[in-house]
Amino acid sequence: MMRRVAVGRRKVTQLRRYGLWALVFMSPLVGAEPSAQDQIREGRVIAWDRNAGNCLSCHWMPESELPGNIGPPLIQMQFRFQDRASLRRQIWDPTEANPDTVMPPYGKHGILTDHQIEQVIDYLYSI
Amino acid sequence: MRTPCKRSLLLVAVLLPPFALASPEEDLAAFRAFYESRFPDIELADHADGAYALDEAKRAQWLEMEDFPPYEFAVDEGEALFEMPFADGESYASCFQNEGQGIKHLYPLFDEVAGEVVTLELALNRCREAHGEAPLDYEGEEIAALMAYMAYTSRGQTYDIKVPEAGLGAYEAGKQFFYERRGQLNFACSSCHLQSGGGMLRAEILSASVGHATHWPTYRFKWERVGTLHDRFIECNEQVGAQGLAPQSASYRNLEYFLTYMNNGMVLNGPASRK
Ligand code: HEC
Ligand code: HEC
Repeated sequence: MMRRVAVGRRKVTQLRRYGLWALVFMSPLVGAEPSAQDQIREGRVIAWDRNAGNCLSCHWMPESELPGNIGPPLIQMQFRFQDRASLRRQIWDPTEANPDTVMPPYGKHGILTDHQIEQVIDYLYSI
Repeated sequence: MRTPCKRSLLLVAVLLPPFALASPEEDLAAFRAFYESRFPDIELADHADGAYALDEAKRAQWLEMEDFPPYEFAVDEGEALFEMPFADGESYASCFQNEGQGIKHLYPLFDEVAGEVVTLELALNRCREAHGEAPLDYEGEEIAALMAYMAYTSRGQTYDIKVPEAGLGAYEAGKQFFYERRGQLNFACSSCHLQSGGGMLRAEILSASVGHATHWPTYRFKWERVGTLHDRFIECNEQVGAQGLAPQSASYRNLEYFLTYMNNGMVLNGPASRK
């Protein structure tokens, strides 16, 4: 199973608890080809880069140093967004779900390309 | 974070432009109530220290730094500039009440004759022009030094900005600017300093807007110089991918008018230092 990111104790327990679900949802990633791993690696770079996603300015993510706390921590995404399309919508234009949100509309305002958003989603599903 | 967020959204709704017809007094009451409920343990007056009101450790570091105030040089330089006579023999003192001492808290004011907001920077340059001198560069060292000196002589004065009937339009425009989303990142001033006030943007604590106008000009270590409030507006605009406006443009003067009105009752504590 994918295990590129350091896993905190809490997450391990959670994973054990949801182990079965984790297997189900992460199964597309099991034995992933190098290209899928590349997507995740790329996605992480985009999410972390101050000049790209800069998601860390507002969200805690595993291994992040000095992350912001304006938004909720991004972990265990596979449990919270079982539907990939709804995760994409949240990133593409979060004002759709919450008009008052401070989260930037990454797709709608062309901050990230569609391809980059897909890579970020791959990364999110790995944490 | 979550529950206060919901509570704050209600208040944000109260403050949003559809309710633009609230009077300035009502806006001020709502603004203060919002920050009081968001920061129940912090006195409103303490927000004059910006982010340093919100974090003990950062405050301690900052107070230590204030032992050798980095703006001191600018205050001295500003005093010298202020006293230097113009070519016609007059000086800045002749343009201001009380010879320009202890008056910074009266700005910005709405000039009913000209029908516009006059900031102290603008008044300084108009004074120069009235005496045949070329205006100073609004982003230059000299105006910042003059402002530092004038703030210094005004320390301890309480803000009581007035919005006369004729000034309501300028006030409303400033308020609109504060709540309007802009730039690729789609942020309003309020997104960061009101809605997310007290939150962490990476390692930076987002300061409250109540207290945003009390302490200018400010020595910023990042700038390595003393800069004006409009310098900060430009930076905050540009960091979200929006175009910074010209310092002393009508839009920024209106924004300063709104923000400073929101500081009414607070004490002038400039010049200041910030990271
Ligand atoms: C300026 C702050 C900010 C930035 C930058 C930001 N977000 Fe958010 N994000 C939020 C906030 C606040 C929420 C809470 C829900 C809302 O307001 O939409 C949120 C919610 C989310 C959610 C939903 C989480 C849940 O459990 O409901 C996801 C997923 C998300 N953000 C992903 C991202 C990604 C990916 C990036 C970067 C590419 C990013 N965010 C950048 C502020 C931000
Ligand atoms: C993306 C977030 C963001 C937006 C949008 C933003 N700011 Fe800021 N602002 C910051 C950060 C970060 C700082 C530095 C930390 C602090 O003092 O809050 C700051 C600092 C300031 C300060 C200095 C505070 C002090 O104590 O010296 C002022 C004044 C200010 N902002 C006004 C504004 C205004 C007016 C707008 C809209 C035109 C605006 N900001 C928009 C993030 C933002």
